[in-house]
Amino acid sequence: MTYPLRRTCKEVTALVVAREDRDLSLADRLALRIHMAICDACPKFEHQMLAMRKGLRAWRNDSGSDDAAKHK
Amino acid sequence: MNSFEDQIVGLRDYLLKFARLQLRNDAWAEDAVSETVLAALAKPQSFGNRSQLKTWLVGILKHKVVDALRHHHREVSGQGSSEDDDSSTDPLEAIAFKANGHFVEQPAEWGNPEQQASSQQFFVILETCASKLPAAQGRLFLMREWLELSSEEICKELQLTPTNLYVQLHRARLRLRECLELNWFNTASART
Repeated sequence: MTYPLRRTCKEVTALVVAREDRDLSLADRLALRIHMAICDACPKFEHQMLAMRKGLRAWRNDSGSDDAAKHK
Repeated sequence: MNSFEDQIVGLRDYLLKFARLQLRNDAWAEDAVSETVLAALAKPQSFGNRSQLKTWLVGILKHKVVDALRHHHREVSGQGSSEDDDSSTDPLEAIAFKANGHFVEQPAEWGNPEQQASSQQFFVILETCASKLPAAQGRLFLMREWLELSSEEICKELQLTPTNLYVQLHRARLRLRECLELNWFNTASART
């Protein structure tokens, strides 16, 4: 008996990183969701990747705000 | 009040920082910034404040930088070079996993960088971490995150295969994560 939607934390971690640059297959997306529901550690890693995504977005949109900082 | 020309020339170093980070080659960066300054001087416009002028200049710079990347596409993606000598190692090895694929240690709780007052400090660390990536990885990563190109566009511009691109971006993201964890999130949680 095999479980086609079963992924290890290591596999899920790789998917969470890959998702930043490519679309995941439907099976991977489903497997990710199932794993996240039953795992403690992987949602924390996912949160790190989302924090990185937000941090990068803020950095990219930042041009000019060092002037704003001077006015504070 | 500085003249339009003075203001633009005064932002040269600011533009150079981004050009260097993206191109990882001082000569290409200098050229891209010079072309940006010349293009800006050729079509003067009025700006309410310095931040709008910066945004406009960065917009021009991004076009010049894309031209440079396209022009040097072979060197840019590190094809045929042995610079990234980590290609045989597992990019996930910085994170310890047990043989059964579970985390040895739970990933740390990260705060939200955009909610922290010292976001300028965060940007400095982010730029430092990005500059420490191997050159080819750093360029590809910033093409995604600074130039905001899609993976498809990057493959097309640099004549890269998707697999090659994804492997390098994957490595870059994991390295950046590790660097941020060491240099920002560790100390950020110590501050609060």
